[in-house]
Amino acid sequence: MYLELKNINKKYGDYKASDDVNIQIEKGSLVALLGPSGSGKTTILRMIAGLETPDSGDIIIDGVRVNDIAPAERGIGFVFQNYALFRYMTVYDNIAFGLELKKVKKSDIRKRVNELIELTGLKGLEHRYPNQLSGGQRQRVAFARALAPNPSLLLLDEPFAAIDAKVRKELRSWLREMIYKVGITSIFVTHDQEEAVEVADEIIVTNKGRVEQIGDPVSIYKEPETPFVSEFIGQSTLIKNYYKLKGFEQGDYIGAIVRPEFVEAFKRDNSDFADVIDSSEVGTVTDILFRGNSLEVRLDVNGIELTTHRSLERRPIYIGEKLRVIVYRLFAVDEHRAYLLENTELQKKGFKDRRLDTYIYNENKYVVI
Amino acid sequence: MSEIISDLNTIDKESIRIAKKYKQKNKNAAGSKEGTFTKIAFISISLIFVVLMLVVPLISVVINSLKLGLAFYIESITTEYVISAIRITLLATVIAVIVNTFFGIVASWAITRFNFKGKQILTTLIDIPFSVSPVIAGLSYIMTFGRMGWATPILDTINEALGTDIQIAFAVPGVVLATIFVTFPFVSRELIPVLNAVGTDEEQAAALMGAGGLTIFRRITFPHIKWALLYGIILCTARALGEFGAVNALSKTRGGTFTLPLEIDALYLSGSADSITASFAVSSILVIISVIVLILRNIVEYKVKK
Repeated sequence: MYLELKNINKKYGDYKASDDVNIQIEKGSLVALLGPSGSGKTTILRMIAGLETPDSGDIIIDGVRVNDIAPAERGIGFVFQNYALFRYMTVYDNIAFGLELKKVKKSDIRKRVNELIELTGLKGLEHRYPNQLSGGQRQRVAFARALAPNPSLLLLDEPFAAIDAKVRKELRSWLREMIYKVGITSIFVTHDQEEAVEVADEIIVTNKGRVEQIGDPVSIYKEPETPFVSEFIGQSTLIKNYYKLKGFEQGDYIGAIVRPEFVEAFKRDNSDFADVIDSSEVGTVTDILFRGNSLEVRLDVNGIELTTHRSLERRPIYIGEKLRVIVYRLFAVDEHRAYLLENTELQKKGFKDRRLDTYIYNENKYVVI
Repeated sequence: MSEIISDLNTIDKESIRIAKKYKQKNKNAAGSKEGTFTKIAFISISLIFVVLMLVVPLISVVINSLKLGLAFYIESITTEYVISAIRITLLATVIAVIVNTFFGIVASWAITRFNFKGKQILTTLIDIPFSVSPVIAGLSYIMTFGRMGWATPILDTINEALGTDIQIAFAVPGVVLATIFVTFPFVSRELIPVLNAVGTDEEQAAALMGAGGLTIFRRITFPHIKWALLYGIILCTARALGEFGAVNALSKTRGGTFTLPLEIDALYLSGSADSITASFAVSSILVIISVIVLILRNIVEYKVKK
């Protein structure tokens, strides 16, 4: 294990920012710390960097306990949320700053800085000041600056928060590519699950100072272990009387979480679903929202509100129309854990899910939520 | 990638252009008849007030100072008393500015960069010279260092031990102390808002890279605050040069501890027509200095805005 957090606790007054946090990260991995705001993810990042001190517990980097080692000696590159670029220094000087502090030879500094400028595609902007750059360019400078002294661990605090939505998507794949190219162990903080899923190969979900689940994006998505994860990941609705849905029986749960892709709604005369029509029930369309690449359809099934997505290629539907509805599966939750429940009617008949597999994975095997 | 960025840039430019256009329109709307009248009225009132209350009196000082000719003017600003007063004024000003600049940086740093109990109290205390009459400031030093002052025995002991004869009240050190007191808040008042606005992100980033306190100040913080600092120093200088009340309480020897404002006062009070003209001549020195300070101030203000 390259980075290890052992039984970390941190309190701000009465507020537990870290509650017995245990994390292990392998060398070379790209990890996302994902959670809602106030979940303690940034605190974890700042403690690793040494910007905060844990009340108890050990932080171990490469086999060395670093709790008492100064932040600058930990071999960490840090990208701040707003990048914190030095406003009165040029792009070149920003990147060179860390090397100058290390008293690196001038010629070596020039070589390294130019190398990074080349790598990050900032050529021609060396003599600009940060306020003359776009959000994306600033992120590149922050990235290059953090990498300049050759750190062995890169920490990024909400690296995309300061960028407008349009460019953000581009930068995600750019950052992922860069990190792989450099081959540096990286941890980034985000509250955006789409971002975490798209960029990271391992996700640590945090909530209220606790680590809820650690795993790769697919397992976090498909096998949520706790009520929080099952509700937080994906577009989820919690329903109380799930047992009223056809194919599900009441168990010792407090409710169930249904995602849009678990719900199938089709017209009565749709021959594709002729064999499963017995297992379906009536749902009334209560609302239709245009989501660009699909429709988001709200349905009333037995008094339960369900949401599903509908391809624009399929036949049009209208509000008030009665459709046939099948719920393939749901996550039943009790106080502590989440359990996957399959539709028993479909299972009994040996029918398989018609769309889930094609829905979750795109051609790169990444999860699409 | 870069295409998208340049796309965004053009979008940005476009929206800025539209915003400007909109502003222009608003300006025109405000330029309706009623608006124009209000505008002219307000501008005239302020202009007339400033001219009558400030500019005319100052010009009359300069004119009066030349009433008895240039030779008399030069003669009256080169008397032994005046030269001594200029010397004392400059000495007090230079020391006060150095001390207060140092103090101002330290205090504003402490207030904006550290969390501690009583921070609000410290902020308020710094402002005391703004709210307390300078005369009281002067008197408080007499109560401290004068014949009956509580610190006088201590000072006497030190003098005895070292064989020196340091006096504070009614001596040059007292004048310097009074000047420092009065000009205390100027630098920190200018720095605190700037330091707050800049935030600590950049400093934290530099510290994380291993920069020491001095390097952080020199390379990161100082570029942010340098114009505000200079502005504070200019204000501090202007105030130090013109201080009357506090110094008046502590300085009683003409030609020894008198500063320019005190000398002007003494000349004026001596009552003869000649000495009154001479007092105007000496005043004109301060007027000229203030004009220079004013110009400097404007230049710096412009730089700060930029």
